[in-house]
Amino acid sequence: MKIVVTASKPSLDSPVDARFGRAPYFIAVDTETGEWEAHDNKQNLNAAQGAGIQAAETVSRLGAEAVITGHCGPKAYRTLTAAGIGIAVGAEGTVAEAVEAYKNGKLTPADSPDVEGHWA
Amino acid sequence: MIIAVASGKGGTGKTTVAVNLAAVMPGPATYIDCDVEEPNGHIFLKPDIERSHTVAIPTPSVDAEKCTGCGRCAEVCRYNALACVRGKVLVFPELCHGCGGCALACPVKAITETDRPVGVVESGRSGAIGFVQGRLNVGMAMSPPVIRAAKTEAPPDGTVIIDAPPGTSCPVIAALNGSDYVILVTEPTPFGLHDLKLAVETVRELGVPFGIVINRSDVGDARVTQYCHREKIPILLEIPDDRRVAEAYSRGEMAVDAVPEWREQFGRLAQLIADVAAEPVEESG
Repeated sequence: MKIVVTASKPSLDSPVDARFGRAPYFIAVDTETGEWEAHDNKQNLNAAQGAGIQAAETVSRLGAEAVITGHCGPKAYRTLTAAGIGIAVGAEGTVAEAVEAYKNGKLTPADSPDVEGHWA
Repeated sequence: MIIAVASGKGGTGKTTVAVNLAAVMPGPATYIDCDVEEPNGHIFLKPDIERSHTVAIPTPSVDAEKCTGCGRCAEVCRYNALACVRGKVLVFPELCHGCGGCALACPVKAITETDRPVGVVESGRSGAIGFVQGRLNVGMAMSPPVIRAAKTEAPPDGTVIIDAPPGTSCPVIAALNGSDYVILVTEPTPFGLHDLKLAVETVRELGVPFGIVINRSDVGDARVTQYCHREKIPILLEIPDDRRVAEAYSRGEMAVDAVPEWREQFGRLAQLIADVAAEPVEESG
């Protein structure tokens, strides 16, 4: 399956970026083959509002079935859920470590946003 | 004539200057409180509110039957208020600025706009002074629609005094737009000077003539005055830190009523602005 991890650099050994909407990179990883690709999220970094919504659309376009990140707010959660994408929050360490943790069932799927929206 | 009272920094005395100026205007005057997140001119003017109307902005709703899930609406939305995933459109009304772009862009006309209330405009009178205030609903992030709605209540003649919100962003621009003159209220402190410079840049960008009122002018230092001299900005009035003015303020009373000499001072300010604002008209005539 294809999963997307939020990252601060475009590589597997990059630290996971705890922010979903404003992470500098999305690393799309195929969990079966190990193939990966980094996608720039530059456009969203400076969005005045709705970065999480846009990021969720991007992740959906990448064809991901799950997202691994630090935190997920209510609008990103709603958009990802509508897109049928699973969300795992609280990821730490490198992208590669987070993918391993996910595969070993050590990251629990989020069934609600874990942080408040900026417009709450 | 439309006179806007603004500042960079909050708490410098915009409302004090605006309400007292309204009170000494020789002809008919209307005070419009455009500080819609926290309108407080009413505390001093104690108006009788005669009319009130809701301000709403158009927000998209999507007809799922007609929608083909093409995502064009989400593409054109600069405010990310729409998302299209798996051929389904999600609307986030709290992010919508009501520009109507999505409804125009939809190729199958699946988007209709429904009004979302964001605030209220109340108008009435305070003796001889016309009174208007905008109030943004609690929890709303966007004040410019309420500010613009409040300004449409301005009568066609007489003097209009606009009490602007602090800062230099969209709400301030919405309040200052269309003014004939801007009074920037500041205080002689490093904070006052820092934010005054930003406000001056903003007003220069708008191309509106302006002058400075220095409130609590005998506290702090001389840097605001030096800056004004250097930049050739007229200092219209200096209000010393007067305990009687502060006491009147704390009771919700007007400085011009509580301290007679301030009626004279504000009267001179009114005359000064009337003269300055009249100049370009004379030149072109």
